Amino acid sequence: MTMAAAARPKRAKTKSGGTKKARADAASTDDARVKGDAPEGTRATAESMAAKQRDISVSEFFAKNRHLLGFDNPRKALLTTVKEAVDNSLDACEEAGILPEISVIIEDLEPSRPASAKSGKYRVTIVDNGPGIVRKQVEHIFGRLLYGSKFHRLKMSRGQQGIGISAAGMYGLLTTGRPMVIHTKPKGGQPAHHIELAMNTKTNRAEVTVDVETDDFPPARFATLTPGTRTLASRGEFLSEGTHATGTSVSIELEGRYQRGRGSVDEFLELTAIANPHARIVFVPPSKVSASEDDDASLLETRGRGKNTAKESEASGDEAARTPPTIAGGFSAAKTEEYEGAFVFPRGVEELPPETKEIQPHPKGVELGILLQMLKDAEQERDSYTLYNFLQDKFSRVSPSAAGDLCKSIGLSSRARVSDVDHAKAEKLFKVLQDAKLPPPPTDCLAPIGVRQMLAGMLKGVRAEFYAASSRNAEVYRGRPFLIEAAIAYGGSLAKDDSCRVIRFANRVPLLFQQSACSSFKAVAETNWKNYDLQQPRGAVPVGPLVVMIHMASVWVPFTSESKEAIADYDEIRKEMKLALMECGRKLGTYLRKRAKMRREGERRDVFERYIGEIAQAIEAINGTDAKELYDVLLAQAKSKTAVADQVLDDEGRVVRDAGAGFDDDDGVIVVDDSLADSARVTPPSASDDSESKPVAKGTKRRASAGESDEGLFGESPAPKRRTVKKVLKKKASR
Amino acid sequence: MAKKTSKASGRAGGTTSGRASTKARDVATLDKLRTLADNVAKRAFKGVDPSLEIPTRSRSNTIWDKKRRILQMGGSTQERQLFNLNQAKQFMQTMLHASTIKDLIEADKTSSLRGVFYKAKHTVAGTKENTFDRQEESDPILEDLEVSLGSLREELHIFAESRGGLIGNLTIIDKGDEIDCRRLGSSGLQVPSIVEPDVIQFKKCEADFVLHVEKGTVWNRFNEDRFWEKNNCILTHGAGQPPRGVRRLLQRFNQELKLPIICLLDCDPWGHYIYSVIKQGSISLAFESTRLAIPEAKFLGIRAKDYDECDLPDAVKIDLTDTDIKRAKEIAAYPWFESHKGWQREIDRLLKNGFKMEVEAMIVKDISYVTETYVPERLRAKDWLE
Repeated sequence: MTMAAAARPKRAKTKSGGTKKARADAASTDDARVKGDAPEGTRATAESMAAKQRDISVSEFFAKNRHLLGFDNPRKALLTTVKEAVDNSLDACEEAGILPEISVIIEDLEPSRPASAKSGKYRVTIVDNGPGIVRKQVEHIFGRLLYGSKFHRLKMSRGQQGIGISAAGMYGLLTTGRPMVIHTKPKGGQPAHHIELAMNTKTNRAEVTVDVETDDFPPARFATLTPGTRTLASRGEFLSEGTHATGTSVSIELEGRYQRGRGSVDEFLELTAIANPHARIVFVPPSKVSASEDDDASLLETRGRGKNTAKESEASGDEAARTPPTIAGGFSAAKTEEYEGAFVFPRGVEELPPETKEIQPHPKGVELGILLQMLKDAEQERDSYTLYNFLQDKFSRVSPSAAGDLCKSIGLSSRARVSDVDHAKAEKLFKVLQDAKLPPPPTDCLAPIGVRQMLAGMLKGVRAEFYAASSRNAEVYRGRPFLIEAAIAYGGSLAKDDSCRVIRFANRVPLLFQQSACSSFKAVAETNWKNYDLQQPRGAVPVGPLVVMIHMASVWVPFTSESKEAIADYDEIRKEMKLALMECGRKLGTYLRKRAKMRREGERRDVFERYIGEIAQAIEAINGTDAKELYDVLLAQAKSKTAVADQVLDDEGRVVRDAGAGFDDDDGVIVVDDSLADSARVTPPSASDDSESKPVAKGTKRRASAGESDEGLFGESPAPKRRTVKKVLKKKASR
Repeated sequence: MAKKTSKASGRAGGTTSGRASTKARDVATLDKLRTLADNVAKRAFKGVDPSLEIPTRSRSNTIWDKKRRILQMGGSTQERQLFNLNQAKQFMQTMLHASTIKDLIEADKTSSLRGVFYKAKHTVAGTKENTFDRQEESDPILEDLEVSLGSLREELHIFAESRGGLIGNLTIIDKGDEIDCRRLGSSGLQVPSIVEPDVIQFKKCEADFVLHVEKGTVWNRFNEDRFWEKNNCILTHGAGQPPRGVRRLLQRFNQELKLPIICLLDCDPWGHYIYSVIKQGSISLAFESTRLAIPEAKFLGIRAKDYDECDLPDAVKIDLTDTDIKRAKEIAAYPWFESHKGWQREIDRLLKNGFKMEVEAMIVKDISYVTETYVPERLRAKDWLE
């Protein structure tokens, strides 16, 4: 529970301080004698201890415990800084209804340091075209921990706690002593604010060192940073004033380490692009990449994955090593543009995800203490607040009649005031709320990525032969609606002998660390993949050429820690994840069985064809039958044999109309057809090796909420695609 | 296929040379082969799945003929289909061997099992796969052809390696050459795999009985001691499980010359099994039992009681293994042993003893104990099992 954890240090300290003091007071007279026996000055007294007892600022706490926020080591610190800033930018843009245009620039400030150096100074700058920040809020947003707009509401967003970006600034200050530089332009046509601020960890407040107005927004100096940025800038595609009418730029100098591969900035941005097709991201990496093999490897979430890590990057294609932002096999060349020293993840969808609504808590998710607090707040808000109105106003899904029933069931009339609810009644109300028959919380507060988008993302990111995705309906954990989506990619160029790779998202944010602690990873391991013809060691994730993607969308994603690396393990969540995975798994199982069957048929025909020639000649030798004629007759028979078998049998005993198109009734499946042909091929491999991999989408479920944005990714409506599939498969069958 | 045979030479039944009887037999065999091929071709052109009907050579299809006291093959058959993944290769192999046999008959040559294997072995066109990989694949296919054509192996011009030996008071004619089986020195006559009357005729026989021993080494002992001379008999061995040639010859001795067949085998389940095969026939060759089985064959020894009766030292004992015990119990349950009190007692005794004994073990008494004392005494006493 992140909320409690975040608040704990402060509360806990005051409390324990208080009890100690009370004890000391009560015992002071009795203890006088004992104290007197002790040698003066060597033992602490209640008074001397009291002198040391004081408030701990949340900033101090996190400055000491920065690993809780994802700043365990230089490499991860760099990633976390980028991640927090990008998350904030995306959230801000979406909330303001602006298509995100985000630039991530990492500058190496010590390019001449030896290659062996473990870390170096970097300047990370993230520029967005969001709504900007009004002047007076800048210090609070960037200079205080636990300050933000997102904590107190139930709305699906990337950020939650108001820790991230300020923590990044704090980390930068601690490691380089340099303040954060913020340029923000809340209003077009007016100058931007240039603010430099350093956080005072003692007071959890920012100290502004520079505060001027400037016309330099978006910052002009980046345009000439690398040849790539020059090219882009000259075309108006990089930090142009046209696209940045408003916006914010944050620069943080920090001790970091830039490296590619797993858990890197590159991977993060690539995965972010997969889950956020509406954003355009430009990445300018530092000129120098740190050497990879060293102690940092231990931080790359190697726990419980063993050899995987290395193999995965291998599996994701060789180009990963050369071009940073194409880690998982890379976007197809048409999708990612690479310039010298700049990478562009172009926008795939021209519409923002549907706007999500903020909701009231659902009665089932409320705890007794919180209910009491809400009652108290309501009482203060309006003396005449009735319980009847309170229930309807402060909770979601409580209808007037339900509110009336609830009042009645705790022995109060519907006109009773909130102030009439005493503690016993409140407890009773709490119990009644738990048992009440109420509709689940509204789900329009959730914006799923969508089946088609996930498939498109996987198709771009992973070179496989089979893709399936499924999007579950919203469910509730602790009164908070959430929604699980899963997608899998199988086969193709993925490594066959490794454990599968799990890519995880929470509210469209990729989760790169702490995989084994994550509910989603457990869900993958708990799902019985053997049912779908995959190998799976006991209690582990399946082994095979498989990539699994899980996305959790929720108004409040329960992370295991403030660094937001793993989803906490709630039964409801894990169950939904498993169901989503099973949906994908079933599709995969059907496909694999079908493929195995086609292969068997292919082999069968192959065997028959091989022997027919021998038989024809032997018979000619015995009785003079013309071998050629006999061969042709037998060959025709062999073909009809195997073709018949192709059609008649199905795993469920159904008649398959045309081979390979068994997904007619299924949703969310893509089969890259040349791989399928591969498996069922009868003729020698050379015959069809030249055929280009042609992804084809089949009848994909369209979610109402994500419907409109579907078109852009595929460029075509699903119907003609389907015909393509059939055509391809028919051609194959006739061979 | 090794060679493409033209249509003209395909109808070459008339060109065979040789004696009239052989010729007639070959013509019949060629006809059968042609019918086999015709059926496959006919079905193919009709669009019906090509298949071959092959009598089943398995325990389930072996019937114990109580009246004749031999094992016989039952009537059940198996279909071998071309369009069945598990049978396609065997189908092809069967056709290849059929064509190989046709070549052999037409050339009036015989070939060994191994020779036939090599003749039909080649890579399948366009692949790296061999038509046959090992002789073990080829031999059963030939047996399939024997049973499905209803032809004997020799009618297919195939022979097995000569195995087993013979010596004794007898003169035979082998392919026209007269052989005096008394004058064969220490090596004796190697029994050919084909001993049909058209190959081997009995010219003159003075022997009173046939003593069949298990192995060549024992046979050597008896020969060295001139046992056959002293006891006026024929001495044979089968080098373990006797091959078809030896079994057929023993049966001809029994049926044509009316000689009793007396077996001297080891006192263990394997020895009992060899006796059972000589007497009743075997499962895999049940279709030839009428030619091979000798229901009157007698089991002289070694008997389980001999350890006590002959006062043998402990050195002769070899402990029974678990497999031996299992085997002994199986043999005891054979229908022809099951109702035989003598055999039930014999096997019981063997199991009770807990050890087996080899014929060679008798040497511990004296080098020639078995030839000069044991066998003559038992023969005199007619102390044998039937």
